[in-house]
Amino acid sequence: MTTYSQLAGGREISLPFSKAIEISISNLRIRFGRSLITTSGVILAIAFLMSVWSNNAIIESLRAADSSEVNLLLQRKGIEIGLDASGAVSAEAQARMDEEASKQLWLISLSLLVCVVGIANAMLMSVTERFREIGTMKCLGALDSFIVKLFLLESTFQGSAGTAVGIAIGFLLTLLLALIDYGTHVFTYFPAAGLIRSAIAAMVVGTLLSLIGAMLPAWRAAKMEPVAAMRSDT
Amino acid sequence: MSEDKPQSTAEVVEKIVEAEEQRTVVRTQDVKKIYQMGEVEVHALRGVDLEIYAGEYLSIMGPSGSGKSTLFNMVGGLDKPSDGKVYIDEVDVAQLDAYELAWLRCRKIGYIFQSFNLIPVMTALENVTLPMVFAGLTSDESREKGMELLSKVGLADRHSHKPFELSGGQQQRVAVARALANDPTVVLADEPTGNLDLKTGTEIIELLRSMNETSGVTIISATHDHKMLSVSDRVVWIKDGRVDHIANRDELDIEVTQVEGEE
Ligand SMILES: Nc1ncnc2c1ncn2[C@@H]1O[C@H](COP(=O)(O)OP(=O)(O)OP(=O)(O)O)[C@@H](O)[C@H]1O
Ligand SMILES: [Mg+2]
Repeated sequence: MTTYSQLAGGREISLPFSKAIEISISNLRIRFGRSLITTSGVILAIAFLMSVWSNNAIIESLRAADSSEVNLLLQRKGIEIGLDASGAVSAEAQARMDEEASKQLWLISLSLLVCVVGIANAMLMSVTERFREIGTMKCLGALDSFIVKLFLLESTFQGSAGTAVGIAIGFLLTLLLALIDYGTHVFTYFPAAGLIRSAIAAMVVGTLLSLIGAMLPAWRAAKMEPVAAMRSDT
Repeated sequence: MSEDKPQSTAEVVEKIVEAEEQRTVVRTQDVKKIYQMGEVEVHALRGVDLEIYAGEYLSIMGPSGSGKSTLFNMVGGLDKPSDGKVYIDEVDVAQLDAYELAWLRCRKIGYIFQSFNLIPVMTALENVTLPMVFAGLTSDESREKGMELLSKVGLADRHSHKPFELSGGQQQRVAVARALANDPTVVLADEPTGNLDLKTGTEIIELLRSMNETSGVTIISATHDHKMLSVSDRVVWIKDGRVDHIANRDELDIEVTQVEGEE
């Protein structure tokens, strides 16, 4: 009776990372239409997030400038300058700003949640569509972890590309609106550091969301039986 | 006793070859498979004992629903029997964990499917090299071996084509090359000609036979296709979840005429 230790005496089975990346990218390329739909959800959610953050950063920076000309513009837009003689924010103004912030947070969370659900849904559809392909890979010796790796990579690539586009759209739209409202003051008090920080944060959020959204579908795919490849129907 | 002693080398070699031919690569022991369909139990296999020898070309024949594919999946380590045992290279498949099963599928068994099942996003060459990638070959090694296999199936010039750019017969050729990627002990083909026309089907069967002859790989094929009979070393007839009878090559000619007479 041969034991497994003898059987496994040969080399192990593996899927090198570079190969996994190559496969998932070609998967995305060939299903470009589908990826575009999934990605549009990410683009929208991240564009919204980024526009809120960049708007905050720009207003913050204008407010901190405390130039009378800018303050006048801010007040005209109904934004609380809220600085009393000593330069501190009045309690009343602070409360209003807090309320505003929590409302924003609520909206952002909601849009991100919708985005994750959208990703998960699209990935699940893609798993169902590819049952034969997944079954075949398992017949060829793929471990569950290979399948998980491929699906997570695919979603992450798709998600980070969408996130990058979303960041650009969100930022540019906000910048445009701010230019209309405040003219070149925006550039005079341009919050470069804050915007870069926001962009990085948005990138992390978008990529993480894509990863989280793909977890359940990837697991489902990995659990698919190799016999699925054998089904001759469809 | 003493007369037996002076053996020529040729005789010894012949004996070894014979012994090798009789080496069992797959053995099933009273394999049963019951599918639970709600209230109803479907007895797909009702106790199959079978020995498959190294290097033979075995066809599994039988009417639709007789349990060919079910048996086939057991033999290929794709499904586990409800009862009984399957040994591949004397290893009890039921004892293997997920990693060991994947290892077995990757290195010991090559699969050929009725609907070809090439990975649609990959080129012919990438399809052939995928099992080699899993097995840990470097890109250079697998590329070289993949091209070699593609030329063996006559498709070296199509290596960069995607499956949808290939005809059904060509796709199945790529699948044959892929099945041989890691020099498996056994190649399993469930109705490999089911989606092909007569001529293309015959070509695939002849290709399988020549692979069997040149590399000595054991081929097990489930089929309705009587063209398969002429190339088979043995034919196992399955009926209603049981082995009805097994015919050796020399008995096959009579069998074929009988079958053709029936139809
Ligand atoms: N996954 C399953 N669930 C339930 N019943 C099944 C399943 N797979 C097969 N069966 C049943 O088992 C029996 C044998 O099926 P199997 O697919 O092995 O037949 P087959 O000989 O391959 O037929 P065919 O020549 O049509 O491919 C059939 O009655 C079938 O309905
Ligand atoms: Mg079948």
